[in-house]
Amino acid sequence: MSLDALYQQIILDHSKLRHGEGLASEPAPVGASCGESHQLNPTCGDEITVRLAVVDGRISQLRWDGDGCSISMASASVLTDLAEGIDTEELRQLIETFREMLRSRGTITADPEVLGDAAAFEGVARYVARVKCAMLSWVAAEDALGQATA
Amino acid sequence: MVAIPTHLLHSAATLDNDEVRRIRNDFPILHQQVNGRDLVYLDSGATSQNPLSVIEAEQEFYEQRNSAVHRGAHYLAVEATESFEAARETVAAFIGARSDELVWTSNATEALNLLSYSFLNASLPGAPAESAPFALRDGDEIVVTEMEHHANLIPWQQLAMRTGATLRYIPVDDAGALDLEEAARIIGPRTRVLAFTHASNVLGTITPVASLVDLARAQNTLVVLDACQSAPHMPLDVKALDVDFAVLSGHKMLAPTGIGALYGKAAHLNAMPPFLTGGSMITTVTMEKAAFLPAPQRFEAGTQRISQAIALASAANYLTETGMARIHEWETVLGQRLVSGLSALPGIRVLGPAAGEERIGLAAFDVDGVHAHDVGQYLDDRGIAVRVGHHCAQPLHRRLGLTATTRASTYLYNTTDDVDALLEAVAGVRSYFRV
Repeated sequence: MSLDALYQQIILDHSKLRHGEGLASEPAPVGASCGESHQLNPTCGDEITVRLAVVDGRISQLRWDGDGCSISMASASVLTDLAEGIDTEELRQLIETFREMLRSRGTITADPEVLGDAAAFEGVARYVARVKCAMLSWVAAEDALGQATA
Repeated sequence: MVAIPTHLLHSAATLDNDEVRRIRNDFPILHQQVNGRDLVYLDSGATSQNPLSVIEAEQEFYEQRNSAVHRGAHYLAVEATESFEAARETVAAFIGARSDELVWTSNATEALNLLSYSFLNASLPGAPAESAPFALRDGDEIVVTEMEHHANLIPWQQLAMRTGATLRYIPVDDAGALDLEEAARIIGPRTRVLAFTHASNVLGTITPVASLVDLARAQNTLVVLDACQSAPHMPLDVKALDVDFAVLSGHKMLAPTGIGALYGKAAHLNAMPPFLTGGSMITTVTMEKAAFLPAPQRFEAGTQRISQAIALASAANYLTETGMARIHEWETVLGQRLVSGLSALPGIRVLGPAAGEERIGLAAFDVDGVHAHDVGQYLDDRGIAVRVGHHCAQPLHRRLGLTATTRASTYLYNTTDDVDALLEAVAGVRSYFRV
């Protein structure tokens, strides 16, 4: 298992570009049902706050602020791209698929048709200590989604 | 003229790479490959490795003498008890203490909690009169430093919260040095406890113990020394330092996990209320109440960590035979090589003292643009083991404007090649992550 399989180019790019970063940069859409969740990884101090807005059953906006490693930051950026525009049930399913892939210790091959850029995190599944990094924003989104659809 | 045997001449000399390579042969775990490279272990500040003699000491106990101590009249019980108490004498002597002043604990964290909870028990209504010197109340102050490991912070936060005492701290400057002028202002007649680390697990600084003890002695203040990063790495004499209490963790000094020690002046230990209660720490028990043994048994309720204590004594012997002054001297060389090498790399900020200034054999650093977790992963890929994160010192990291750093920490089994391997690898981190 080479380091390059963990740090794929897509991950390094997203860790720099960070789509969706900045809670304050853009307010939540008027009339949207919103949820916000803060998650912390106490072992490394990584943290993220994800705000998710739902309009007519679809994710109209996902914004986040975070501080953490390239895996956690890239994961939040990829999540933003994937989540915006899909409906709430699709997002729930996507989060579950991503979680299953990460927890498989490399036994599940990521399907780019389903996971899109998130398939690039396949290598993370082989580094058990880094799975939490990749999941951090997704767990926050799951919690925020629960609030927004409660 | 009497000829001095060559091996004695050799053992008195300064440690060097050749001698360290011989020492490495005593550590089975170091001889392996990680990710296709020879393991470079630079995480002894978190946990150290065990020489074969220590592993064998623990195994020998289980093969030959395993039994509960301080009970039973059979052969094995006597053997186990004698070994256990001999281990106490060895470890006490290692830090300059008497054996009745050394209490076994699971680790330094438990030792500090023992103090905190004992002081809490002394503060409760109905506490025995002799424990009054340890009672805290509203208006009293506990003083720590801003560089403390969480283990020497949170037990005191909790004690303050429960007794109404106030927790104060001595700040550090931007370079991580303690502000001693501020310390002199903070430590006063209300200061009941002063707890501080002997050597910082993040900054590598050595605390001016004598200056702080002087401030405490001018008041009615109990001094607690966290010796986790000093006892394994430099000569330690708790009597000479004149501290009231000191704590250490075995796994940071070549021993297994699960064993540590609390040193306390005998008069203190015998007046303090127990923390954990139960078997082995009592004299007379009725259905209503119990009387307690003197220290150290007073603080050793239940069946003890016997094999671990024996292994810790074996580790102390290994360190003594190698020579604590030589170990400290060698690790100073490694620490300076770390800080000067890292500081010379672009985008690397080393925490704590600059090159040429006093530091123990560790260095924590920030890599501009690359998170510590990624640095650690990159180094691991090259077989180099370091610690990443806040190193259980979040307030210190916050003070220095950081959330996480990478820490390389050495021990007597590290060569300058290990340091150079780290430096070479760190030099490639930023380009790998496209910074």
